[in-house]
Amino acid sequence: MGLWFSLFTVVILVLFVFMGVGVVGLNSLFGIVIPYAALLVFLVGVVYRVGKWARAPVPFRIPTTCGQQKSHPWIKANNLESPYNTLGVIVRMALEVLLFRSLFRNTRAELRDGPRVVYGGTKWLWLAGLAFHWSFLLILIRHLRFFTEPIPFFVNLFESMDGLFEIGVPTLYMTDIIILLAVTYLFLRRVVIPQIRYISLAADYFPLFLILGVVLSGVLMRHFYKVDIFKVKELATGLFSFHPVVTEGIGLAFYIHLFLVCTLLAYFPFSKLMHMGGVFLSPTRNLANNNRMRRHVNPWNYPVKVHTYEEYEDEFREKMKAVGLPVEKE
Amino acid sequence: MNNRGMIIAGIIIFLCMITFPIWYNVVGGKAAYTPEFKIVSKEKQCVESTKYMRAKHMQLLNDWRNSVVRDGKRTYTALDGKKYDMSLSNTCLNCHSNKADFCDKCHNYVEVTPTCWNCHVVPEGNKL
Repeated sequence: MGLWFSLFTVVILVLFVFMGVGVVGLNSLFGIVIPYAALLVFLVGVVYRVGKWARAPVPFRIPTTCGQQKSHPWIKANNLESPYNTLGVIVRMALEVLLFRSLFRNTRAELRDGPRVVYGGTKWLWLAGLAFHWSFLLILIRHLRFFTEPIPFFVNLFESMDGLFEIGVPTLYMTDIIILLAVTYLFLRRVVIPQIRYISLAADYFPLFLILGVVLSGVLMRHFYKVDIFKVKELATGLFSFHPVVTEGIGLAFYIHLFLVCTLLAYFPFSKLMHMGGVFLSPTRNLANNNRMRRHVNPWNYPVKVHTYEEYEDEFREKMKAVGLPVEKE
Repeated sequence: MNNRGMIIAGIIIFLCMITFPIWYNVVGGKAAYTPEFKIVSKEKQCVESTKYMRAKHMQLLNDWRNSVVRDGKRTYTALDGKKYDMSLSNTCLNCHSNKADFCDKCHNYVEVTPTCWNCHVVPEGNKL
């Protein structure tokens, strides 16, 4: 259900461009208005949602750890698995954000013959996820050659690394192949594994199809349905310097690519894709496990009037002495 | 726990990274730059039509190279039936002798680094 709905939606989006640009010729709508609107929705939406999350109080540390926490000096503490200071948190967060460490730790329980539970690591999701995200980042960086003038030096660096094998002309990029394989795996995994298929919704399939559409349209545009990249850059730099120009004759493949990207951007703040910001705000990852070292006061506690022992003793010292009770201060 | 500072810093870093092309173009101040086309040519008509050449010249050149270097076949029959010698130096550069104007302007603009000049001698027209 969710699968077909998502696929159908992406096909409709593509047909929409065929109609809008190919038949009606609304180049300025698809080339200028929609990209600006999508970028605005993306930026405002992401900032709004992160701000909303940030306002939710997190009064206590949630130590979901799997390492020895800091206690006595003669017990070896594991500052990576159970960080007790900011440095440990930064390392744990970096490993999480850059290398998806908690996905790497993913295990699967399986019943073998004779009711025997077997646990094993499953690394495929981690591998495909990592390949997908890093390829996506490199592809984004590569795209800077269309967005900037003069082109920053690192763009060429990544580009030549990406096209290292120099297969064909224009050079086949490794990231293009990797991201196609990774997205295909991430999709097939949802369809083939019954448990995952059962919990998969349209919200899971739609981003996958959308990204697959973006990648496919990009690859087709580079290698098969040629577009005028000279004019593409003119349009892109025009957009990014707020002097948009309507350019004719770029090619339909480009508008399909652009429109799917715009859809992705506009859809982003409303979807599970917000894990981009959310990963930084995971309380189980970004808080040091120092519950025993520091007192964390609940910020919304009602101000309770307390009567400490020191004050008690001050009040009753004479009487305590008179009945022979020990006092701390004479 | 008040993380306002961290959140604001994070959001600012995010916005700076996303809007990199905008402020980079503003600082660079060359966003409006588009190279002037200068098709320097002796003949009226290239090997194939202008549209074909603009879209696929890289594939054509690659095919020519493979054909000449690997198969030793040097004759190219264009779509209109005309025959050409498959040679970058003698056929292409005969007309388009100014590499700086004809090749580099567009290639630099969209960051394309063809490997032609790893082997071929840069044409005379390029000298200042």
